[in-house]
Amino acid sequence: MMRLFKFFAAALMVAAVGSAQAADFKPAVVYDMGGKFDKSFNEGVWNGVQKFTEETGIEVMEFEVTNPSQRSQAMQRMVQRGATVLLGVGFAQADAINEVAGANPDVKFSIIDVSWLDQPNLRQYAFREHEGSYLVGVAAAKKSESGTVGFVGGMDIPLIRKFACGYVQGAKSVSGDVEVLQNMTGTTPAAWNDPVKGAELTVSQIDRGADVIYQAAGGTGLGVIRAAADSGKLAIGVDSNQNHLAPGSVLTSMLKRVDVAAYETFMDAYKGSFATGVRSLGIAEGGIDWAVDEHNAALVEGGVKAAVEAAKADILSGKVKVHNYEDDSNCPM
Amino acid sequence: MSTPPLPRWAEIGLVPVINLTLALLVSGAVIAMLGEDPIKALGVMLKGAFVYPGSLGYTLYYATNFIFTGLAVTVAYQVMLFNIGGEGQAYIGGLGAGLVGLALGGVLPGVVVIPLAIVGAALFGAAWALIPAYLQAYRGSHIVITTIMFNFIGAGLMVSLLGGPMMRAGQMSPESEVMDASTHLLSMQELLALIGIEIAGSPLNLSFPLALLACVFVWYLIWRSKLGYRMRAIGHSEPAAAYAGIRIPHMIILTMAISGGLAGMMSVNEILGVHHKIVMNFTAGYGFTGIAVALMGRNHPVGIVMASLLFGAIYQGGAELDFEFQSITREMVLVIQGLIILFSGALVYMINRPLARLLAAVLPARVEGEGGRS
Repeated sequence: MMRLFKFFAAALMVAAVGSAQAADFKPAVVYDMGGKFDKSFNEGVWNGVQKFTEETGIEVMEFEVTNPSQRSQAMQRMVQRGATVLLGVGFAQADAINEVAGANPDVKFSIIDVSWLDQPNLRQYAFREHEGSYLVGVAAAKKSESGTVGFVGGMDIPLIRKFACGYVQGAKSVSGDVEVLQNMTGTTPAAWNDPVKGAELTVSQIDRGADVIYQAAGGTGLGVIRAAADSGKLAIGVDSNQNHLAPGSVLTSMLKRVDVAAYETFMDAYKGSFATGVRSLGIAEGGIDWAVDEHNAALVEGGVKAAVEAAKADILSGKVKVHNYEDDSNCPM
Repeated sequence: MSTPPLPRWAEIGLVPVINLTLALLVSGAVIAMLGEDPIKALGVMLKGAFVYPGSLGYTLYYATNFIFTGLAVTVAYQVMLFNIGGEGQAYIGGLGAGLVGLALGGVLPGVVVIPLAIVGAALFGAAWALIPAYLQAYRGSHIVITTIMFNFIGAGLMVSLLGGPMMRAGQMSPESEVMDASTHLLSMQELLALIGIEIAGSPLNLSFPLALLACVFVWYLIWRSKLGYRMRAIGHSEPAAAYAGIRIPHMIILTMAISGGLAGMMSVNEILGVHHKIVMNFTAGYGFTGIAVALMGRNHPVGIVMASLLFGAIYQGGAELDFEFQSITREMVLVIQGLIILFSGALVYMINRPLARLLAAVLPARVEGEGGRS
């Protein structure tokens, strides 16, 4: 009996310590289906999380969902486990975070790729990917010798059509004669992680004359880069800086700084300066850019760099307005 | 020396337990190699599946999906058809349930709309199985190939609908409008609250009793009805069944329609019970897991319920492992699931012979009774 009592006393003490810690700062992140090591979108977030952990020494609780019902379950579990600030990754988590944020007004929430929710404790990040896609479209068309450039998307969803649409606008702005070949990898989530099919589509586009291929396809994009490099053509990376994946064969990368969003979310919450509302990140805010580093400096020398920087300046000044596919589910090109 | 027959109680009761134990031992070894304590991991998994508030609800919620898809595989299996298309049939079934819910929700009262939506789910699922069934029955195209292909066609159809005409305005996730509140299936939490019992929130809803009813239906269909007798006759010997006057093509189509309908009803749990809108990929592989569940449950409704509970517990407990240990990722959970399928599916006969010899040596010899089973 005494032993039983001691056991419960110990358990109570552990519980008490647990709740005392819960009053402190406890960040959490829920990755989406791609997984945190997808070399692209989720991994970008993970990089931001790592940076935060390195600077502050605070561990971030992590979870990777494997089916749609786990999204709200994971968020609720994080809150139950004492999370004080929770980051959701991707538009697919929008409804889940809306529900959990509404039920937990004391916890801070933040989500990437969402801009249409309304909760007093929620920060939303929307990236203007069409601007960055426009820039790399300019780069592709400038660099192309054949006058044909390619686009390989992952799953055929509106978000990816937004990338494609910005890219086409950029390419056509260089010359109306530029032809843009477009392929989507598939209609199931497997399309995000199918490098073999990505390579096949790339080879087929190269056979049809494309010599620069932009990909927005998660893990599938690695196959696109590989195939382009093997054929002596150029690929364009996406989300993270992928120039180093095949130095000399990656013309540039369209940077979507989700790592900044992740880092900023946790840092602001840590410092107590967490503001809610929608943050739209584009070229002007440094959330969207194109990548130039030692791996591709020689490729973009001269004409390409000048043209892209000019396009960037035009977008910044408002002279060029890149159409967002999501505004009317339609691409003018 | 010929191996003595394994007693029936051992085959049903002992063999699955030993297989499961072997799978857990190997999983434990893998976890130990990752540098974590396997005993602690097992504890976390069990706690995650049954103990913490709401966890049992999640386990039963997953089990509901597996019961439907497992039954779908079992029904087709009676006619020696391997229905690999549960995934696509459930997905299209969700379209049926969702279309009824979206069209009639708020127009007619919920008590009318919900049964109609359930029928819609079953009909759409059945319809999606009909084309492969027709091709098998009258054209000889193998059902395994066609049902797999129809999974992809179904996924393509759904993504073009959800990303196109059915997409909810004002947001960018490919999913439909939310259905009227009257069409939502009562969750167990709400139901038990009506009679004054408080339980923690979970996605468990009225689909669970519906799944159990479906088990009774399948049991009656296969072992107590004329139709089931014909199905089993074909399964035992197609030429004999044809000689006895059973119309084989007709039966193939009917069986596949029932199988597809059951798979389609999985969407009742997801669409009417949890999401209340059509979301992309709500099937999340449950259709494929149904195959493993049916195999493990020896194609019997009781076995399927038990296998579904096991898989539900692994899904839910596995998620908890991912929370608790940074080094155990969701891929590791997949490994454990794979090991369990390997030991209780593929290697199911591995221990039968040694166990039979052991039991024969230990137990006093006795005359075996009628050991046949249907």
